[in-house]
Amino acid sequence: MNKNQAPVSFKSNAANALNNPSLRTAMRNITSTFGKKRVDAIGDNPFEEWRERASEIRMDVLNNIGEYVDMFSKNATKAGAVVHRAKDSSIACDIVASLLKDYGADKVVKSKSMISEEIHLNAYLEKEGIKVVETDLGEYIIQIAGETPSHIIVPAIHKSRQQVGQLFCEKLGCEFTDDPTTLTKTAKKILREEFITAPAAISGSNFAIAETGSISLVTNEGNGRMVTTLPPLHIAITAIEKILPKLSDLALFLRLLPRSATGQVLTSYFSLITGVRKEADSTGAKHLHIVLLDNGRSEIVKSDCKEILKCIRCGACMNVCPVYGMIGGHAYDSTYPGPMGVILSAVLNGLERAHPLLDASTLCGACSDVCPVKVPLAKLINRLREIKVENGLAPELESIGMWGFGAAAKHPKLFELGQKAANAAWPIARLLDKQTVDRLPKPVPVSFKRRVL
Amino acid sequence: MRVQLFATCLIDTFYPETGEAVVKLLKHMGVEVAFPREQTCCGKPPNSGGHAKQARKAAEHFISVFKGSDPVVIPSGSCASMVKNHYPEMFHDNHRMFQAATELASRTFELSQFLVHVLHAHEQGFVGNRKITYHASCQLTRELGVREEPIQLIRSIEGAEFCPMPSADRCCGFGGVFMAKLPEVSMALADEKLDTILESGADTVTGCDHGCLMNISDAVKRRGVSVDVKHLAVILAEGLK
Repeated sequence: MNKNQAPVSFKSNAANALNNPSLRTAMRNITSTFGKKRVDAIGDNPFEEWRERASEIRMDVLNNIGEYVDMFSKNATKAGAVVHRAKDSSIACDIVASLLKDYGADKVVKSKSMISEEIHLNAYLEKEGIKVVETDLGEYIIQIAGETPSHIIVPAIHKSRQQVGQLFCEKLGCEFTDDPTTLTKTAKKILREEFITAPAAISGSNFAIAETGSISLVTNEGNGRMVTTLPPLHIAITAIEKILPKLSDLALFLRLLPRSATGQVLTSYFSLITGVRKEADSTGAKHLHIVLLDNGRSEIVKSDCKEILKCIRCGACMNVCPVYGMIGGHAYDSTYPGPMGVILSAVLNGLERAHPLLDASTLCGACSDVCPVKVPLAKLINRLREIKVENGLAPELESIGMWGFGAAAKHPKLFELGQKAANAAWPIARLLDKQTVDRLPKPVPVSFKRRVL
Repeated sequence: MRVQLFATCLIDTFYPETGEAVVKLLKHMGVEVAFPREQTCCGKPPNSGGHAKQARKAAEHFISVFKGSDPVVIPSGSCASMVKNHYPEMFHDNHRMFQAATELASRTFELSQFLVHVLHAHEQGFVGNRKITYHASCQLTRELGVREEPIQLIRSIEGAEFCPMPSADRCCGFGGVFMAKLPEVSMALADEKLDTILESGADTVTGCDHGCLMNISDAVKRRGVSVDVKHLAVILAEGLK
């Protein structure tokens, strides 16, 4: 990844998002719907025990990532897959493009994969002259709209059904309707044809199993199963930290993921793919290639932010985040939005670019509370703010102010002087930052301390 | 019993009447209130802004001021959590300071925590006639685990009505430095919080953190509605039997 990009214009993106009424409505729906459904789906289950255990398993993977990657590669190869390791995005994209060319595929159907978004695979393949068709309905919508996902689970969450109706009308030439069932049928008809004719497929993998070399897909639409069984060539892209040690670990994660993501007790479809089609199998790809992406992760596991790699991409943190709920995912201008996205963006893309995103948190901790693998999200955001300050990326005026604050906190007389000055200089402070100052009461002329002593 | 009161810089600078209410409340319950005069700020603003060195200065000072064995009472969830949770973490690399911070954390209480668990103030009860809704502030709820105590106290006010608001523990958008960094988002969140306050049908909103109450007051002022915004200590002090 290019680590020397200009900082995300997060402040203005956020302000613009607030002025978008249809976005506000859509976001209000997601936070109220998914939040409540999640609580219901957890019900009386021993969620704390589950997440404690899940966290331990994920930490074990991160602590022994090298061994698990080797184990996964060995077992996947034994099962008939070809495993490719990609150090970074461009290598990963290149591997996929070369494979498609080698197999003579000029078209590829895709099931939803955030890793493919992370490496900007679609754009790369299109440039290489390969047609890419997203088959997850949400992904399909944003693909024909020429947009990026605004949520890791519900990529088109920012769009109303009226907007989708309008989009289908314009791009697919069908009659306008905002009826979700009719719209889904329209997409289904087109996608069916694509599934049947595509020579190749690309999928992600929610979990990769070291013990068996399997990959797995958790979907609600069945498109994941279509793409991984119909075309003769299947390329799965996943990142190294998505490994689970044992097949039996899946039981726990399949309880946690749908509940946390969409508030479902069970996912609609689950595919576990171990190697290529066997002789007795009636379906399945003849050729399976698995691309294991690193993209900085081998370094991240050694850093203070290691625990972000426990993340299983459920999106629960964004569903409860007050800031994400107010502005939506596009304001983050990053593959991953919301609390997990702020942290992943910082560690994957570098602070130079991602540091403004660290402001996207009130540190309320709602995210940390719902995380099914106990990623201490608020703590990591706070830690990254410290690293930002250490790297001199904080605004100078803020650093000077905080230095003064630190000095005053150590010297009570100076502190009192500061309070008096604040009272006297309130009109001046108002000139400097009217927006903030007008939201505060005026400091009292005689502090509580003076009154009480 | 004697306690040491940490007033918090918001109360000290903006809301002295809340500080006076805390003192009145504690004294009425038979508690002797010491006010260490060298106290300043707990360091939460630099801490949440990532200015660790400055936060550490404040923490060192705080630990040196609040010595002895008397409990420390803090009328703010976020400041109390700073002392109870963040101080020990800040000094994980310094054994002596870590021990001092851990010892201080063990005798530090957020006000409602102290009122309920140590003084059993809710059993004694209060009087009043307000219709009260309660905003559950973030650090109080999620870092300190203080969820029921303020409600127990509100429910013990004879003549008052408790009107729960929906999503009471949703952030109000204050977030310390956040309010200045993303003012538009902060205000929009406060506006949503105000919607839920109005939905509760209460005439008064209370809480245990002046940061949130300040942000909510601003939303009330901007919308021009009539809702009283009062720290829980003020409501309890006015209702002493």
